[in-house]
Amino acid sequence: MVQLLTPDGEYGVAKQWGEYAKYIDKLTEADFLKFYRDMARMRRFDKEAEALQRQGQLGLWIPAIGQEAAQIGSGYGVGHNDHIFPSYREHGVAITHGIDLMSILKMLRGVNHGGWNPEETRFHLYAIVLGSQVLHATGYAMGVKMDGKVGNGNLEDDLAVISYFGDGATAEGDVSESFLFAAINDSPIVFFCQNNQWAISSSVASQTKVPLYQRGAGFGVPGIRIDGNDILASYAVTAKHMDEAREGAGPFLIEALTYRIGAHTTSDDPTKYRDSAEVEYWKARDPLARFETFLRRQGIKQDFFDEVAEAGEKLSTEIREATFALPAPPVEHMFKYVYSEPHPLIEEQLEWLHKYEAGFGEAAHE
Amino acid sequence: MSNFVELSIAKAINAGLRKCMAENPKVLMFGEDVAQLGGVFRVTEGLHAEFGDKQIFNSPIAESGIVGTAIGLAMRGYRPVAEIQFDGFIFPAFDQITTQLAKMQNRSEGFTPMPIVIRVPYGGGIGAVEHHSESPEAYFAHTAGLRVISPSNPNDAYWMIQQAIESNDPVMFFEPKRRYWQKGPVNLDEPPMGPYQARVLREGQHLTIATYGPMVAVALQAAEIAAAEGTSIEVIDLRSISPIDFATIVTSVKKTGRLIVAHEDSTFVSVSSEVAARVAEEAFYHLEAPVLRVGGFDVPYPAAKLEEVFLPDADRILEAVDRSLAY
Repeated sequence: MVQLLTPDGEYGVAKQWGEYAKYIDKLTEADFLKFYRDMARMRRFDKEAEALQRQGQLGLWIPAIGQEAAQIGSGYGVGHNDHIFPSYREHGVAITHGIDLMSILKMLRGVNHGGWNPEETRFHLYAIVLGSQVLHATGYAMGVKMDGKVGNGNLEDDLAVISYFGDGATAEGDVSESFLFAAINDSPIVFFCQNNQWAISSSVASQTKVPLYQRGAGFGVPGIRIDGNDILASYAVTAKHMDEAREGAGPFLIEALTYRIGAHTTSDDPTKYRDSAEVEYWKARDPLARFETFLRRQGIKQDFFDEVAEAGEKLSTEIREATFALPAPPVEHMFKYVYSEPHPLIEEQLEWLHKYEAGFGEAAHE
Repeated sequence: MSNFVELSIAKAINAGLRKCMAENPKVLMFGEDVAQLGGVFRVTEGLHAEFGDKQIFNSPIAESGIVGTAIGLAMRGYRPVAEIQFDGFIFPAFDQITTQLAKMQNRSEGFTPMPIVIRVPYGGGIGAVEHHSESPEAYFAHTAGLRVISPSNPNDAYWMIQQAIESNDPVMFFEPKRRYWQKGPVNLDEPPMGPYQARVLREGQHLTIATYGPMVAVALQAAEIAAAEGTSIEVIDLRSISPIDFATIVTSVKKTGRLIVAHEDSTFVSVSSEVAARVAEEAFYHLEAPVLRVGGFDVPYPAAKLEEVFLPDADRILEAVDRSLAY
């Protein structure tokens, strides 16, 4: 398992991971501070969103607490041309790629199903059907290679693809088919599996007989396990394998071993299926606290952490107010995007709905 | 002067694909055995030799993977045409088609259209083993976001495949496999009409038969026999089953007062159910008899020795004609 930062926040590189450490050597203090700020932002966002759900302002929340290092680290390891295909828990990766956090809350409030521009943001829509997005990512990567955008040594132009999914999704046939299609086409793709150890109530042990990073081997996709609570490992390993994919090395699988501290979603009750001792064990391995210790050892002063805490308060207020202000979508929204070209049934039913609703309007005026 | 050639339906689809692939290098053709072999029905024969691996390639035998990667390729700006080898093999891809392909345009609020064609040889009558003779079109017609069309003759096959590829919406293109070798004139210069319009193939006064795909030939045969007995039947080729061109059907029923809807698919919750319901709504006072349906029985597609009993033939249609006229 690749680990560059011990659970005690000590930086140290085992000999065999020297190639990864080179990526850390290139980072500046500003990069470290950016990592921490975004991990803290992700956590604060998560807590606020959960509170909003508890108050009935969101229909559902999907917590990602505990996965900040896996997501912020890998998110920053993705290059500026690369494309990202997330699952539905990648709020941190979204932060690293400038997705408006209200786009995520809009979905969970029930205003829409996504709606940001995937081609422009290079962060594709959340996928609810497990593993479905991994095939889309693979197809996209096949297209990138057909376009000749791989292995030219031109970082401004070459690109690779990364697809996120969880330990639960590895059971889906689509993930296995993705490994196969990517391998036979030498596609420029990194499969990033966040093993948070629980697929709702199913433990990872109940879903696989081999470590997940070995899952691709039979298809021709080599893999590695990293400490998913170590942001430096997450960043460096992602960056290196994205670079290699861009250079034409073909697909690679990263398993980030982490832990889902919270529930699967706000509809879930994890006390029914897992021990509190296990949760406490992982809370003690909090990725945010680990990186804070590291930063303090690097000489980062309290002022910085105060500033981050203050930014968190501001974020909370902002998203709370913005959530309250979110308008319900107009009824046309349900019909508008079903087809990209005119469709008689859609037009007919929208027209009927307008007349139906207008009927209520007249009755109200009588 | 239009430029006509005589082609089979299979060759017409081939010619349509060739034209699209030549005009636009972003048009990709893939699926199981479509490259060197030309597909198990040879619909893509010669295309690999002409366009090479860049535009036509074999996929692993993984239908979900075929459609899922087609979606990713479309996101990258390609216009994939994916072949599903046989109707009964489409179900591993059912999830990608119904939860992803059909919904991506809507989910992305128009940012991610899906210009993908899924070609499916469908229907029975070729004496095949299980899973090779099915008519799964109603599953897809039921799914919002998809368009579902089916040509019945070479000219439509040639033009409708091109129109499907030009569409920015996903199109399920159902190919009547037992008619692949049926020949007819193809007008290389001018499309007959849009892909979602029904066509009146034969005018009549006493009764209308609406059908599509492989059953069009059967309906025409029934109309011919009925004509000899003095019954004038109007035959409509629906061509598109999502959307359905109800206006053409309703206009015809208002004239004839009687309607039979025929297809190979089992009748329970089928295309004919939808047409019957709509005609009841829109032409109730013009109907002289209930709308009757002629289709496959509600059983799994039978073993080949029984398929002639399962598949509606001209006699089964004429039996319904008699029942309708008796009202």
